[in-house]
Amino acid sequence: MHIPDGYLSPQTYVPFYAFIIPYLAVAARKVKNTIRSRQVPLLALGAAFSFVIMMFNVPIPGGTTGHAVGGVIVAILLGPWAASIAVSIALIVQALLFGDGGITAIGANCFNMGMVIPFVGYYTYKLIAGNSEITSSRRWIAGAVAGYLAINVAAVCAGIEFGIQPLIASAPDGHPLYAPYPLSVAVPAMALEHLMLFGFVEALVTALVIKYLQKADNELLTVYGGAR
Amino acid sequence: MSKSISTVKKMWIGLAVLALLSPIGLILPDKFKAGSAWGEWGADEIEKMLGYVPQGMKKLAEMWQAPMPDYAFKGWDKLGLGMQSLAYVVSAVLGIAVIVAIIMLLGKIALKDDK
Repeated sequence: MHIPDGYLSPQTYVPFYAFIIPYLAVAARKVKNTIRSRQVPLLALGAAFSFVIMMFNVPIPGGTTGHAVGGVIVAILLGPWAASIAVSIALIVQALLFGDGGITAIGANCFNMGMVIPFVGYYTYKLIAGNSEITSSRRWIAGAVAGYLAINVAAVCAGIEFGIQPLIASAPDGHPLYAPYPLSVAVPAMALEHLMLFGFVEALVTALVIKYLQKADNELLTVYGGAR
Repeated sequence: MSKSISTVKKMWIGLAVLALLSPIGLILPDKFKAGSAWGEWGADEIEKMLGYVPQGMKKLAEMWQAPMPDYAFKGWDKLGLGMQSLAYVVSAVLGIAVIVAIIMLLGKIALKDDK
């Protein structure tokens, strides 16, 4: 889901930058007001976890690859704003050091994976988990559903961003200038692979960490357990 | 609270284990003959798919030369999966170190009055 350089037209990546910079500034202020010094390592852990879990590419045999983002579990533990910061820092390091995701696409990638995933995941989890006991199996099921849904919504966002490019930017001869596939191809392609496989990967990652914490230390699971 | 601290410590160990296991994310796609992620093709792959490289894409695609492209050392893509796995682990450790350093630094700056 890391959109590379060259796939988004300036008409797309500039507005995403214009949106994501103030968004992350707001997120940073919110996190600054809710987090304490001793919880900073937990934020670093969340960002590092997101970074490394994205390296676990899962193949569709003979097809494409995909991966979990880890943004949902970080949002459940630290809240969606802190998760936005954590995942976005991971994405920026991936783009700058490892060329995974474009420099021009940092705004769009932080939107899809750094904002959409934490918010969709966090509120889905809250909705399903409700007031259930911290040790209830409803919690890890809620995490699994939240993981599955959040990464799929993000994948559709990326699909739309790819798919509008031929509409926005084509050469006079009709050849697309950037991402070449129309909405009718890009959205189903991104959606299907995540519905079929990669959604389950994010679901599994989220549920496993919740199950572990339910056994090991459920204090961390009291909503925003880490940030209070 | 002390319980949480020891859990966080355990989670750091878990993270280190993940970094060491990260080449799974390189080897599995290779074994199952899976290619790039959708929409993350290189210019050569795009050319094969379309017969040309879109003009705007050509201009933007090379604008940034990452020091360790695709979690590997430059020129190591010709080497075997073993060496690439080594580079992958090094990338994971390096990436984690940089991210942790950035966040600890930002935390220090933002929360300097907080104990």
